[in-house]
Amino acid sequence: MNKLKGVVLGVVALAVVVLLASAYVVDEREQVVVTQFGKVVGTPITEPGLKFRVPFIQKATYFPKNLQEWDGDPGQVPTRDKTFLWVDTFARWKIVDPVKFFQTVNNMVSAMGRLDDIIDPAMRNLLTSYRLVESVRDTDRPMDTFDVIDGGEIDQSQYKIEVGRTELTRKILEQAQPKLEQFGIEIVDVKIKRINYVDQVRDAVYGRMIAERRQIAEKYRSEGRGEANNIRGDKEKELQMIRSEAYKTAEELKGTADAEAAGIYAKAYGVDTDFYSFIQTLDVYRDSLDSTTTLVLSTDSEFMKYFKGIKAK
Amino acid sequence: MNWDWDKLREKKEQYEHRQQGGGGNIPRPPQMDEVLNKFKNFKFPGGILLIVVLFLLFFGSSMFFTVAVDEVGVIQRFGKYTRISQPGLNFKLPSGIERVTKVKIKRVFKEEFGFATAAVGGSRFVNPNEDMGVTLMLTGDLNVAVVPWIVQYRISDPYKYLFKVQNVNSILRDMAEATMRTVVGDRSINEVISEREEIAIAARESLQKELSEAETGLHIVTIEMKKTNVPEPVQPSFNEVNEAVQEKEQLIYKAKEELNKAIPQARGEARRVVKDAEGYALNRVNRAMGDAARFTSVYLEYVKAKDVTEKRLYLEAMAEVLPKLGGKYVVDSDQSNLLPLLNMGQGSTFANGSSRGGEK
Repeated sequence: MNKLKGVVLGVVALAVVVLLASAYVVDEREQVVVTQFGKVVGTPITEPGLKFRVPFIQKATYFPKNLQEWDGDPGQVPTRDKTFLWVDTFARWKIVDPVKFFQTVNNMVSAMGRLDDIIDPAMRNLLTSYRLVESVRDTDRPMDTFDVIDGGEIDQSQYKIEVGRTELTRKILEQAQPKLEQFGIEIVDVKIKRINYVDQVRDAVYGRMIAERRQIAEKYRSEGRGEANNIRGDKEKELQMIRSEAYKTAEELKGTADAEAAGIYAKAYGVDTDFYSFIQTLDVYRDSLDSTTTLVLSTDSEFMKYFKGIKAK
Repeated sequence: MNWDWDKLREKKEQYEHRQQGGGGNIPRPPQMDEVLNKFKNFKFPGGILLIVVLFLLFFGSSMFFTVAVDEVGVIQRFGKYTRISQPGLNFKLPSGIERVTKVKIKRVFKEEFGFATAAVGGSRFVNPNEDMGVTLMLTGDLNVAVVPWIVQYRISDPYKYLFKVQNVNSILRDMAEATMRTVVGDRSINEVISEREEIAIAARESLQKELSEAETGLHIVTIEMKKTNVPEPVQPSFNEVNEAVQEKEQLIYKAKEELNKAIPQARGEARRVVKDAEGYALNRVNRAMGDAARFTSVYLEYVKAKDVTEKRLYLEAMAEVLPKLGGKYVVDSDQSNLLPLLNMGQGSTFANGSSRGGEK
């Protein structure tokens, strides 16, 4: 009785073990390649859910199905115009053919290595064969730069691009993709994460920026001085105008008045010039003779003619 | 279960073995059998019950779960996505069959670029100037700008967020950097510094497009630009430009101030000069008219009696003048030499009439 029970239990346990060994779960993020003694069996499983295989003989190898990221090793790259850049790229990729992937690269770490080997040189090739602006700018959008030297249009032309960043990265992708097909890898895109001058170049660029700004500052200052002088000139001009006009008006008024007065005098005094002279002379005596004056009178004079007694007449 | 069964058998064997060896012992087997039977009857049902209870507890507890208000639960059955459960108490099949992953879809997450708090995502390569490099960017006119910014985002599609992309956070960071650099790369240093708002909008749009294309399930709430600047070594020269602008304004204002001060003053001065002249004119004419009137009146009298009036006028004048004089000398007409007598330093001398000698 006990033995029978034991056997039943044993069989059940064995069945469970076998079931557990044959069942496996595929996650939404995963895809599975089933192998039998190292040989790939059937098509890779990309649908998630509960799956079964022949226990102990078949083996399930998991690969990610979702989008992966490759982060490039940042490094120095010279551009066609001989500027050394420090470039950091990244790419997004996924395993499109897990069987090929399984057979050629096998695991994620070596996949990253392959990507390093292929994307990095492609990136270098392209960046080196274009000018710096091509990898910096994306469109020919007109920019608002300080017009340092009058005009300003001169500078813009050097920033014109032929391809631009988007196109450049697309070319990197184009160059790298065919080489990665054999590994069952598809690159979705390659992007330039960072692009900077290397330290030595950066210092030179800073120097240039400083010089440029100084020039702009100087331009503003001289503009200010010029404008101020212009205003001062205006001021002087205005002042001269105001003053001279006032002088002119004043002299005109005075002249007119003088003329009028002269007319009046002439008209009045002209009647008898001798009498005018007599009366005016008397007035002068009144005004000019005072206590400081000493008068010597001769008895001969008209005034003193009575002094010595009345003899004439 | 197996273990109990094995143990029992083992014990039984041991017992049989001992019975065969020691024959002269007191027969204990019936007792043992009894104990064993008791053991069987008692322990077995109890053990099963305990195991079943534990089993139920274990699976039962994994059958319900709560989802907080700001999140949803994503349920996978054997790894396959089945449904999304909303906030509250939820049920699922026991663990091992169904699995729940909670995703905070209401919460707004923040990713900072160029701040001390920036957490660098799972980058495979350790980069020595990571912190410094994140904000340094090349502008379209090949200058260098420092651009720090913040990306605020939330998970809009938990399915895509969980399953479509490996390491969403790292993709977000790298993509944000790439798009920001593309946007900045198309602008001049001036625009980068002065038009932050516009850059933020452009970057948000382009980053959202990239993230949607990559099926990250992320929604960019906002991109916030912090103070954009030029690198530190260049900053003084940029400040110098600002100062120069100020200086320019100041110079112009000062000149304008001088102008505004001088002109009204000069106008007032001019008006005064004109008024003076007007006064002069009035004075001159009035005086002339007065003098003329006086002369005319006197003349009219004079004409009536010429001789008398002339003499009268003369004598009146003399009467007025002579008392005022300091020294008066009357010289006889016979005196010939008068000069030695006079102290000539004493004021002006006025000689009336002939001076042919005379004495005091």
